Amino acid sequence: MRYLPLTGDDRRDMLAVIGAASVDELFRDIPASARIDGLLDLPNHQGELEVERAMTAMAARNRPAGAGPSFLGGGAYRHHIPAAVDHLIQRSEFLTSYTPYQPEISQGTLQFLFEFQTQVAMLTGMEVANASMYEGATATAEAVLMAQRLTRRHGAVLSGSLHPHYRETVRTQTQFLGLHLDLAPTDISGGEDLASRITADTACVVVQTPDFFGNLHDTTDLAKECHEAGALLVVVVTEPVSFGALKAPGDMGADIVAGEGQSLGVGLNFGGPYVGLFATRSNFVRQMPGRLCGETVDADGRRAWVLTLSTREQHIRRQKATSNICTNSGLCALSFGIHVALLGEAGLRRLAALNHAAAVRLADRLDAVPGVRVVNRTFFNEFTVELAAPAAAAVDTLAADGILAGVPVSRLVPDDPALANLLLVAATETNTDAEMDALATGLTRVTA
Amino acid sequence: MTDQAAHQAAHRGLDLEEPLLFDFGETGRSGVDLPDPEPVASRLGGLERTAPIGLPGLSEPQVIRHFVRISRNNYSIDGNLYPLGSCTMKHNPRLNEKVARLPGFADLHPLQPESTIQGALEAIHTLAHWLRTLTGMPVVAMPPAAGAHGELCGLMAIRAAHDAAGQNRTRVLIPESAHGTNPATAALCGYEVDPIPGNARGRIDVAAIREKLGPDVAGIMLTNPNTLGLFESQVIEVADAIHDAGGYFYCDGANLNAIVGKARPGDLGVDAIHINLHKTFSTPHGGGGPGAGPVAFSEALAPYAPLPLVVRGDDGFRLVEHREGQGAASFGRMRAFHGQMGMFTRALTYMQSHGADGLRQVAEDAVLSANYLLESLKDDLSAPFDGPCMHEALFDEAFLQGTGISVLDFAKAMIDEGYHPMTVYFPLVVHGAMLTEPTETESKQSLDRFIAVLRKLAAAAKAGDVNRFRDAPRHTFRRRVDETAAARNPVLRWTPPTPDAQAAE
Ligand SMILES: Cc1ncc(COP(=O)(O)O)c(C=O)c1O
Repeated sequence: MRYLPLTGDDRRDMLAVIGAASVDELFRDIPASARIDGLLDLPNHQGELEVERAMTAMAARNRPAGAGPSFLGGGAYRHHIPAAVDHLIQRSEFLTSYTPYQPEISQGTLQFLFEFQTQVAMLTGMEVANASMYEGATATAEAVLMAQRLTRRHGAVLSGSLHPHYRETVRTQTQFLGLHLDLAPTDISGGEDLASRITADTACVVVQTPDFFGNLHDTTDLAKECHEAGALLVVVVTEPVSFGALKAPGDMGADIVAGEGQSLGVGLNFGGPYVGLFATRSNFVRQMPGRLCGETVDADGRRAWVLTLSTREQHIRRQKATSNICTNSGLCALSFGIHVALLGEAGLRRLAALNHAAAVRLADRLDAVPGVRVVNRTFFNEFTVELAAPAAAAVDTLAADGILAGVPVSRLVPDDPALANLLLVAATETNTDAEMDALATGLTRVTA
Repeated sequence: MTDQAAHQAAHRGLDLEEPLLFDFGETGRSGVDLPDPEPVASRLGGLERTAPIGLPGLSEPQVIRHFVRISRNNYSIDGNLYPLGSCTMKHNPRLNEKVARLPGFADLHPLQPESTIQGALEAIHTLAHWLRTLTGMPVVAMPPAAGAHGELCGLMAIRAAHDAAGQNRTRVLIPESAHGTNPATAALCGYEVDPIPGNARGRIDVAAIREKLGPDVAGIMLTNPNTLGLFESQVIEVADAIHDAGGYFYCDGANLNAIVGKARPGDLGVDAIHINLHKTFSTPHGGGGPGAGPVAFSEALAPYAPLPLVVRGDDGFRLVEHREGQGAASFGRMRAFHGQMGMFTRALTYMQSHGADGLRQVAEDAVLSANYLLESLKDDLSAPFDGPCMHEALFDEAFLQGTGISVLDFAKAMIDEGYHPMTVYFPLVVHGAMLTEPTETESKQSLDRFIAVLRKLAAAAKAGDVNRFRDAPRHTFRRRVDETAAARNPVLRWTPPTPDAQAAE
């Protein structure tokens, strides 16, 4: 077996040193009734060629998003990732190292984490960011729990235009903790009134921008209302390219920003692994979940990096920890960091402008299709259209023609007739005019 | 002198000082060429960004050089044995990386229509089948993103099952030796943690459990093989006792590598177990993640598994994304989308490479190697428990008594010898624990060399060569770092130099 270096002779010699007659003797603490004698009912080992062939065949039974026109968004976006990103993250020293528990031989990981924290803080307009969460929805749930700890209150208001998976994840993760969630009704207008839902027990209001339907929100006034009532504002961002075009959440009153970093450097990966972004104000840092990398010096006084404030974390605080998270999304944070480093200020702003321009062109084109109406007044690179017929069926029909038209809202929010005809459509720098034409033509056909 | 000049002055051989990106980037440069955006009528509704972000601008060669340079300051399993106990730092096959990057897996959007993702659902379903077979349990939940997330998944199912039965149980039993994620997870489910002491053999006595059982006990979280590297030999009695009391048995499966193909958790009475694909099934750790933590469930807990489910129907594979059909009693969704697909494809590739025979050999070689270390080093270092051990050999600080050298010093001295230290000071119940996990992917020569180095260091410690340890590491890019200073005055991000500081330069 190509991954196992021990030879039969090695095994025999090692057993002799141990003083065991057979390797099975080493397993004697397992109750005899539970020991497996033979092999389990699974195929035996295979060479690289055979495995690669089988897995490639499986991959071929999928249609990659990039194989034709694709306008899917809804919390995951297809962007061009510079080749340097994947090259760099495959370096052994990044790919095959563990969590940087021994800082003297982990300065590479620690430095990229420090840079990632800085990038996320800059992008969100916040003072500090952590070294990553699993992904956006769990990061949002963590933000709600953090707000509960900070305010010692037990209510949270979730916007009706928060990504439905995020809403459901927050509900799941808080359901046994005595938290009262006020789930605002689905809102596609971008004009919901969340301030009126704040009570004396509201720990936080959670609002997404660009929201699930694509609408943009100025959260400044809502932040003021939250703060006057002693509550915190949690702002969720699922499309980080938007940071290049839009006012930062930190400049619109956010206390905690939770988000998804997938768009930058990570790729679609059928939904995971992704990278959760988490940023807040400095004075809240001791209630933050997740790892933090800090600056320090070594014994010779040279600048160095180290994991810090770990008294918040499970390995020290156990049941009193701010979170149970341990393994996070280190390598995806690296991908994000490299992509952002390559883009830089000018590149990210240009990328964001390209995305917005593509979406505006597409919206104008689709609005002209009979039976199709663009719902949004504002948007960044994704918007909602209302079709004359159920969106799910339209999407299936167009998929058969090779066009991934978008995300039917009913896939995430089923059983609401008012939403059945709504389709989320995203456009990024990867979408060509020809692809947009194909979508417009396709929609003309299916709504006719 | 500018920061950058100061850094360059400090290059030594192949050790190249590298400043932060922010120390040398300049605006106006980019490592990505993008076309000019077409002018459009903005739909940003007046929310256009006006303030600069502050990101540095760098060309591609600068970025590559930056990350290549800092990467060289990392230890890696590709470079040398990585004996971190509980972390299973085994070889990461490159075929797995290649497969995960096939566009048919990597370039799939999670919300594509089912007709376009049959192969992806098949991959998830097939991986679940392997995990079901290896654990001997009927259902595997794929969404959890890591081990701790899997624990949450398992405990939420337990809580949901009790709630469905109208039972209000408030306590979870957790051995004192447990990983910190166990009590942290129990707390996230609203449970009170009741610690169970271990016995002199490093195991949990069923008697100790019975003493704690009552109608308010929701279940137990037991790591098996446990965090001391030992198999809980009374596990079946423990499971029976818990079940008799109406509770459930959660097993922390971080150490599955020791028993894969040799024993099945389902035969040990386990109701839920998370499987760290980034440990047993070789997906790379990437400096702290990502991982994946699927959870195998018994029949009793299966109905509460999180959404989505991947099911096989007459006309192909299907996702159950809402509380309906088989997912009607689910405790809900615990993340966006379906799971860590990039880890699934790697793990499945790994499993198919090893097969049933190879995976069994994995466990045997991992356990053999750990016992070889234990036997070879127990007289030079000190071992709190007798063997046989499972895939980790546990040592403690007894051999350092009176030397003035701490376990931390010893660990840092290992670094000077070219080794990443073992896991130190975990588990907490053993004073100065040194949990050593060689894994099955080390050759005998590699193990022998490691043993020789540890013997040499132990002899030096006992001989009173204190400075060698206290000053360690001396041969690294950075000497011992000041963790206390970092925590006292946290600097968690780069900030632009203030105009005053610039003027003073
Ligand atoms: C015994 C044990 N339990 C739980 C965990 C948590 O797993 P993860 O880091 O994947 O969340 C770990 C690993 O760190 C572990 O060693």
